[in-house]
Amino acid sequence: MGMWWMTVKRVAGAGWKNFTRGGAVSVATVLIMTVTLSIIGSLIFLSALLNFTLGVIRDKVDVAVYFVTTASESEIFALRDKLTALPQVESISYTSREEAYDNFRTRHANDQLTLQALDELGVNPLDASLEVKAKDPSEYESIVSFLDATPALSADGTRIVDRVNYQQNKDAIDRLSLAIRATKDIGLIVVLLFAMASILIAFATIRLAIFTAKDEIVVMQLVGASKAYVRGPFVVAGIITGILAALFVLLILYPASWYTSVRTASWLGGFSPFAYYRDHFAFIFCTLVGSGIVLGGMASLLAIRRYLKA
Amino acid sequence: MIYFDQVTKRYGNTSALEGVTLSIAPKEFVSIVGHSGAGKTTLLKLLLAEESPSEGSVFFESIDVNDLPSSALHHYRRKIGTVFQDFRLIPNKTAYENIAFAMEAAGRNDDEIRSDVPYILDLVNLGDKAHNFPDQLSGGEKQRVAIGRAIINQPDVIVADEPTGNLDPINTFEIVEILKKINELGTTILITTHNKGVVDAVGKRVITMDRGKIVRDDPTGKYVL
Repeated sequence: MGMWWMTVKRVAGAGWKNFTRGGAVSVATVLIMTVTLSIIGSLIFLSALLNFTLGVIRDKVDVAVYFVTTASESEIFALRDKLTALPQVESISYTSREEAYDNFRTRHANDQLTLQALDELGVNPLDASLEVKAKDPSEYESIVSFLDATPALSADGTRIVDRVNYQQNKDAIDRLSLAIRATKDIGLIVVLLFAMASILIAFATIRLAIFTAKDEIVVMQLVGASKAYVRGPFVVAGIITGILAALFVLLILYPASWYTSVRTASWLGGFSPFAYYRDHFAFIFCTLVGSGIVLGGMASLLAIRRYLKA
Repeated sequence: MIYFDQVTKRYGNTSALEGVTLSIAPKEFVSIVGHSGAGKTTLLKLLLAEESPSEGSVFFESIDVNDLPSSALHHYRRKIGTVFQDFRLIPNKTAYENIAFAMEAAGRNDDEIRSDVPYILDLVNLGDKAHNFPDQLSGGEKQRVAIGRAIINQPDVIVADEPTGNLDPINTFEIVEILKKINELGTTILITTHNKGVVDAVGKRVITMDRGKIVRDDPTGKYVL
């Protein structure tokens, strides 16, 4: 334990000295790593914006179940309870015939001809409805299948469901489901490509930094240092580089996300990068610092392997 | 102590060493002389296990150096102190840290380092330069740090490849005196040199090499080229 601890202390100390005495090389490596982690940070925000936007679009889609005018509220609510129990259903809202009538009048307030026609009818011709929202757009089909398979009946045995607007919406829903899937897949590929590119840049920079020390590495081995003892300080310096760069990015993201929020409030559809930064700070912190540690450590480990001869 | 048995080293079609057989006893001071490309440095690299022979074997205290597994090489190298013409100090470490590094690498504890490094720095007349970095030292001072680093773990042998090659006559004389003193204390010394003055000042066994072969082995210290 004593020997092990002494070695850990020495390796950590040597790594810190390597970093602080590295001068311009250390500064350049931190800067490049900062760029790399900024890209990863931006990708976190992009992915959050994508999810937010898809969520907003998804929220606009629902399936409405219209009831015959003779269906009582208790019969409608019984069906609502059955639907609510389905795992694929997220929420259900009820619009009574009276509300539908009022909504109709409000919607056509400027259309006197339509309102006149409605008044001439003398009765409320509109149906009560349930607006069903699924957890995922692809699940509407199964909800409609459920309605077909278990027809809701009134006391006298007639069907209370007049129609379901699923067929009219089906094309739009299918297209949206496809678009969401494609956007997610493309988003993932773009994120991975950017992440890979930035990781390669970071690797190349750290490799260059270690290249400048290749003679030193040979000497360390000739004076009797084991491979692990030579490797350790370089890995520690790489980790320090990663952590510092991650902290810089976290610092930069604070004003950057605030500024972006102010500038884009009108066209990001309610998504605030600053609020996301504030609410998900722990996640962003762990992702960036974790990426910095892994990138810095791994890049150093791989780069030094080349110069560690037997 | 050191035995080269019919050692040949080839790089492609070129032979750097050709069937060299050589024996060095403990506490000897051996100078290896020869023109550039004679094979002097290759001989030292084989002893340090930086290279392996194409044919033949190199023995150190009855161990065949080439049979050592990669994981044991650093233990082996701790028995040999190395000094190079270009000093090869670690640039971002001070004189003190360069010497201490060899002790740290050997797993010596902090108390030993704190007591031994200042002693060695005084021995090589660098007590006042302990905290200078290599680029703040003269050539002679750098070589003395390198010698300090080579002897700090009390190795059985010191191998010095052209240790005075980059030094002026005064510093050359100082380095030779330090090496002689270390040899008198019982450490085997093996140096390569071009410098007749060094060989004459040492006055011990001289091995002359030419085109990869030993052409003369003189126990009385004659430099003939």
